[in-house]
Amino acid sequence: MPKDHGIGASPKRREDIRFLTGEGNYTDDMNVHGQAYVHFLRSDVAHGRIVNVDTADAAAMPGVVRIFTGDDFADVGSIPCGWLVTDRFGEPMQEPAHPVLAQGKVRHVGDPIAAVVADSLEQARDAAEAISVEIEELPAVVDMASALQDGSVKVHDDLKNNLCYDWGFVEENRDAVDAAIKGAAHVTTLELRNQRLVANPMEPRVAIGEYSRSTGEHTLHTTSQNPHVIRLLMGAFVLGIPEHKLRVVAPDVGGGFGSKIFHYAEEAFCTFAAKAVNRPVKWTSTRSEAFMSDAHGRDHVTKIELALDADNNFVALRTDTMANMGAYLSTFSTSVPTWLHGTLMAGNYKTPLIYVNVKAVFTNTVPVDAYRGAGRPEATFQLERVIDKAARELGVDPIALRRQNFVTEFPYATPVAVEYDTGDYVATMDKLEEIADLSGFESRRAESAARGKLRGLGVNCYIEACGIAPSNLVGQLGARAGLYDAATVRVNATGSISVMVGAHSHGQGHETSFPQVVADMLGIDADMIDIVHGDTSKIPFGMGTYGSRSLAVCGSAMVRATEKIIAKSKKIAAHLMEASDADIELKDGQFTVAGTDKSVAWGDVTLAAYVPHNYPLEDIEPGLEETAFYDPANFTYPAGAYACEVEVDQETGKVTIERFSAADDFGNIINPMIVDGQVHGGIGQGIGQALLENCVYDDNGQLLSASYMDYAMPRADEVPFYAVDHSCQTPCTHNPLGVKGCGEAGAIGSPPSVVNAVIDALQSGGHDVTHIDMPVSPSRVWAAMNQ
Amino acid sequence: MSQVTMTVNGKTATGDVEGRTLLSQFLRENLNLTGTHVGCDTSQCGACVVHVDGKAVKSCTMLALEAEGADVATIEGQAAPDGTLNTIQQAFQDHHGLQCGFCTPGMVMSAAALLKDNPKPTETEVRDYLEGNICRCTGYHNIVKAIMAASGQDVSSIAAE
Ligand code: FES
Ligand code: FES
Repeated sequence: MPKDHGIGASPKRREDIRFLTGEGNYTDDMNVHGQAYVHFLRSDVAHGRIVNVDTADAAAMPGVVRIFTGDDFADVGSIPCGWLVTDRFGEPMQEPAHPVLAQGKVRHVGDPIAAVVADSLEQARDAAEAISVEIEELPAVVDMASALQDGSVKVHDDLKNNLCYDWGFVEENRDAVDAAIKGAAHVTTLELRNQRLVANPMEPRVAIGEYSRSTGEHTLHTTSQNPHVIRLLMGAFVLGIPEHKLRVVAPDVGGGFGSKIFHYAEEAFCTFAAKAVNRPVKWTSTRSEAFMSDAHGRDHVTKIELALDADNNFVALRTDTMANMGAYLSTFSTSVPTWLHGTLMAGNYKTPLIYVNVKAVFTNTVPVDAYRGAGRPEATFQLERVIDKAARELGVDPIALRRQNFVTEFPYATPVAVEYDTGDYVATMDKLEEIADLSGFESRRAESAARGKLRGLGVNCYIEACGIAPSNLVGQLGARAGLYDAATVRVNATGSISVMVGAHSHGQGHETSFPQVVADMLGIDADMIDIVHGDTSKIPFGMGTYGSRSLAVCGSAMVRATEKIIAKSKKIAAHLMEASDADIELKDGQFTVAGTDKSVAWGDVTLAAYVPHNYPLEDIEPGLEETAFYDPANFTYPAGAYACEVEVDQETGKVTIERFSAADDFGNIINPMIVDGQVHGGIGQGIGQALLENCVYDDNGQLLSASYMDYAMPRADEVPFYAVDHSCQTPCTHNPLGVKGCGEAGAIGSPPSVVNAVIDALQSGGHDVTHIDMPVSPSRVWAAMNQ
Repeated sequence: MSQVTMTVNGKTATGDVEGRTLLSQFLRENLNLTGTHVGCDTSQCGACVVHVDGKAVKSCTMLALEAEGADVATIEGQAAPDGTLNTIQQAFQDHHGLQCGFCTPGMVMSAAALLKDNPKPTETEVRDYLEGNICRCTGYHNIVKAIMAASGQDVSSIAAE
């Protein structure tokens, strides 16, 4: 096995060639013969009753093919939510309808009212301007606390109120937690906001619908992280198209970060409209449209209380959160503040009693759903901030306080229902102290002081749950789908291989890393193996890529399918060498009979499978292709420790990131180069959240941060080089590769260390500041220093 | 509709465009050069950077008609005719300077313009120069590293690839 190709190697990415030469095939790069273009007319008010939509003048404009309004979708299904949360009284959540085009009311700025299909995009836009829309504007409800007040304006008239659910976890612990907090030697309380973010993959969403009257087949090309999930949701729930008549293709996708998991109205529209006008129909989002139609992320308001005994052991934790759902329930929205958040509140610590309350709230804003980390960043941020605050209140070293409370024995059953299989939090903290050179901090602080700057150090740990998820478990918790994955390994006659995988690569480099696994197992060159993904007509099934699940779940399916290939090919080899298949060994692409010098090569066996002249046809079928579905036994639990050093300019309040270090435990690693890149990217986004990004609405529900002029994306000059390390490896015990997942860690682990560092800097300068909400912008820091 | 003619990647290109057609649109739709990407509508992201008469330009900020007679270079013209990547492209692959690839054409074109003016930029100079190019995937670490490597500097002391 060439060591530069297998597990643990960092071969250069094969997908890079097409991306570096302009040959990528993103959805907007495709044009279908005869296609028409869609422009959506979107609401410019946050809340209103649609009195009249007059399309007559617009319909007569040049190039207009047809104009659709809500009436055209009156008999079409609602865009479904994928997770039914049961509240703490045992009642199902309130679940409003989510129409493709607004029915009667608009509920957020950007809610689509009508859609023009025309011969050209310009004609569609021009015609949309000629549609006359009469809307009776209603007061908007934007703030979550106001939305929960009795008598508040209701986002949905047919619901009782704006409360989606009131969730308690673990409800039976509630009284014990209250009592422990009451009786504790010390309680640290922190109120904070985990601000609303916009995922902002650089490729805006695109959808192209096609329909063939002759076959009755629909095709949707879309910018998706999970084409099978879109086929399932749109086919079964919205448009009523059976799977065999609906093909969903997600070709090269320019980043997702969660925002391209969900089934969106525009996908259903293009699929529906292509049949209605009997022409391919293409929609390309502008960035401005993306800000008001892509699902947003985070937006939690939280109060957390950490109780400690007289020896500084954590004894109880209670958190109260309001989670913004926006105006409708996006695909995974309801699971994010609950099962992806509450179950992580133990963090890396052996706190015996935990109670989490979450109230999910409807407001007149864009729907909120999973964004890189999805619930886990919110859990980590509050926990790691409150621990830091506690350390300061108690006058103890924040690292020592964490170390003292680490979980050290595994498996560990948390009081919030999950069981960590492996981990070594001491080792990752030791590694962090080394790579971050924490012992040199004081001298760097002195250097900064000499330049008039305040230097601060912030450290935090994180744990996350990846590899979602055991289907029977999530089924009990309300998921409306299974969360296994699938792979087919197709070995061709000459020994080359196509692996069809349910995972989708939109930056993660699966086309390079997945073949490394198969190459390693078979002992053949990785160049003989290609990955096929992103097309429901080519791959067996799959739940897609999110929650750092690709390798842990789909990779495991690929391993299982490859094991079946190996088992069958050993039988063929045994026949060719007239030996027993129990004696056959496979190494470096050669099958040998143990203890003899007899051997046949991989290619001899694969050829025999397809040219079965000398073949045990009475025992096994010809051909060499196997499929496996893999349902994980547990989540995986990557963990780590991060450190950030900042400098604060006391004149302006500007924070600069001087050093950033990350020590992660991802279990086994397939491609270290790609893993490093994933961590870098996550840290970049985490720094963006900590210092820059903020999605802001005014009281009327107008989106103020609606373009890159107002929404501050992290740029190259705002981040440093990062020191990352993943040499601490406690392999996952329940998947065949021992892998845990690395896609979200950086975004989960980085925001608290940045804010902890800023607080440290300010306190070192004598400023009595205990918290600043993100983004920690110059104006907020300046205000905190000058309060 | 008016006719516009320019040189693109060394070849003459002609097309009919509206007055409002952007250069980025002309390249993508008329010439099918879809390597030039459009990531925003406020000239903020840099995914659309091409060279016009040797200068890096956001092609979404320029009308196609304004490029009449110009010499335009896009990502499609950067590799050698036999497909061999140029130094910057190769450095991006070597140092994992791209993930989803969407920002990449703009990054490569911006980097080429930077290195033409400043053959050995410092880290700070690279970061400052890229201020107009957003990447959401890489956290910029490997992009900056790749550009410094492409300039012939030793980047081995910069942490992990
Ligand atoms: S598309 Fe030109 S700068 Fe964004
Ligand atoms: S590689 Fe995805 S935006 Fe830069």
